[in-house]
Amino acid sequence: MKQKQTAHVLSQEEIAPDIYDMWIETSLAAQARPGQFLGVYPKDRSTLLPRPISICEVNAGADALRIVYRIAGAGTREFSVYRAGETIELLGPLGNGFPLEKGAGKKVFLMGGGIGIPPILELAKQLETDKAEKQIILGYRDSTLFLKDQFEQYGTVHVATEDGSAGTKGNVMDAIRENGLDAEMIFACGPMPMLRAVKKYAAERKAPAYISLEEHMACGVGACLGCVVKTKEIDHHSHVNNARICTDGPVFEAGDVEI
Amino acid sequence: MNTEVIIAGVPLKNPVMTASGTFGSGMEYSEFVDLNQLGAVVTKGVANVPWPGNPTPRVAEVYGGMLNAIGLQNPGIDVFLERDIPFLNQYDTKVIVNVCGRTVEDYVEVAERLGEEEAVAMLEINVSCPNVKEGAIAFGQNADALSHITREIKRHAKQPVIMKLSPNVTDIALLAKTAEEAGADALSLINTITGMKIDIHRRKFALANKTGGMSGPAIKPIAVRMVYQAAQAVKIPIIGMGGIANGEDAVEFLLAGASAVSVGAMNFVNPYTTVETVKGIERYMERYHVENVTDLIGAVS
Repeated sequence: MKQKQTAHVLSQEEIAPDIYDMWIETSLAAQARPGQFLGVYPKDRSTLLPRPISICEVNAGADALRIVYRIAGAGTREFSVYRAGETIELLGPLGNGFPLEKGAGKKVFLMGGGIGIPPILELAKQLETDKAEKQIILGYRDSTLFLKDQFEQYGTVHVATEDGSAGTKGNVMDAIRENGLDAEMIFACGPMPMLRAVKKYAAERKAPAYISLEEHMACGVGACLGCVVKTKEIDHHSHVNNARICTDGPVFEAGDVEI
Repeated sequence: MNTEVIIAGVPLKNPVMTASGTFGSGMEYSEFVDLNQLGAVVTKGVANVPWPGNPTPRVAEVYGGMLNAIGLQNPGIDVFLERDIPFLNQYDTKVIVNVCGRTVEDYVEVAERLGEEEAVAMLEINVSCPNVKEGAIAFGQNADALSHITREIKRHAKQPVIMKLSPNVTDIALLAKTAEEAGADALSLINTITGMKIDIHRRKFALANKTGGMSGPAIKPIAVRMVYQAAQAVKIPIIGMGGIANGEDAVEFLLAGASAVSVGAMNFVNPYTTVETVKGIERYMERYHVENVTDLIGAVS
């Protein structure tokens, strides 16, 4: 059940320029799944709305959730100065998450681009398929390869960097081509141009792709209809060609959404 | 302590309801809030046919509030009657259905369909949405148009009719009086205030619609002023809203002349705001030994 609660920061560090890694002690960990997200509320009441931030890692035994986020404005800037022991206002867990069962036993691509990398970590951990079949493809701006080391325990990691300073020069699609990789199923989170490329690739290869979308949100729980994405078919809830990213997503089968 | 208020003959267990568009049809927030504790649930606007709404981005944050340009996306009256009304019917709260349309005929069609529904206590007519090109605000900014649509809906509606007024007008008292003279049973105000936000880094509008309706605590003083002015001008009850975050804000609207209040954007900030507002009003009544909540209505001097 979704809940708004006051939780406590366990630790926080800057792991790349403007990218922060925070562990939070929260009972929401018990029900959190990979691909779900939290609404994090700034305490400064001039900034009212919850910030949707994906869950990077779940430690249910320790009642702990990890978020890795980039400073994008006043809200995330405020979060970045929280220290261990301070409180943090959370709403969650939100959204549907990745369909783990569909990837079980399959040869998969687990693709993350930029600040879309963090939610792929818990997915890589929980997906029940051979380590050799988990091909993790991560796209970065430069050689500050945050989280890469942690991905290596779950599968084979391929890296692309925009500036060519590490791995393949270019994006995650370039890394797939350069390394001659293929997969039966794709999971991806990243910027819209990357997700469009993943959708096109998946359609050509007839491999299902589950992509995690983002949009400006207000309520986070499906009431305000602020964060919609166009859908191919009439949506079951809205009865128009729009689905709610916060509740019907953020993960969609790529062929179902018009992006 | 008596928190009951009566709007157009409909008794509400307390004066707290939800502002249309911020609470869906109650389903999403029922995970957080016991709907039985609310005076009424006001639904998201419903039209005669499904509306797709506007392109994204539809929402943007501004200082102390937000802008939205959802564009009244809704599944249409057929789905609403099949899905949302039975859901709300499970609860001991009043159901007020917000009605939107592009033409007078659209509004009348929805009002007539809802006339058969015993579960619907009142209709709230949206003549004040700033985010759609046709209908809505066009009826709410002009006294003749407002008078005409109010009369037409009153001719066909079986339930009491609340006209939801726009703050984007020069003289709110004039429009309040116009709606009253045309037969409105109650008024609700304010809808959102038209605003704009520009992303200076990308040099683009923050909303795909360019303009959006502003809501949230930053607009509360404007809303209180308009509720007061409308209350001075009419005898019919007023449902006040605009940035209400707690019981103290709600009391301010009651004192300004509102008979009931709605919680809107603050639902997004704290999903428990509605029930906390009910409790906050009760605490105020205890503290100042107010026996009946109705004693607070218009009690400013």
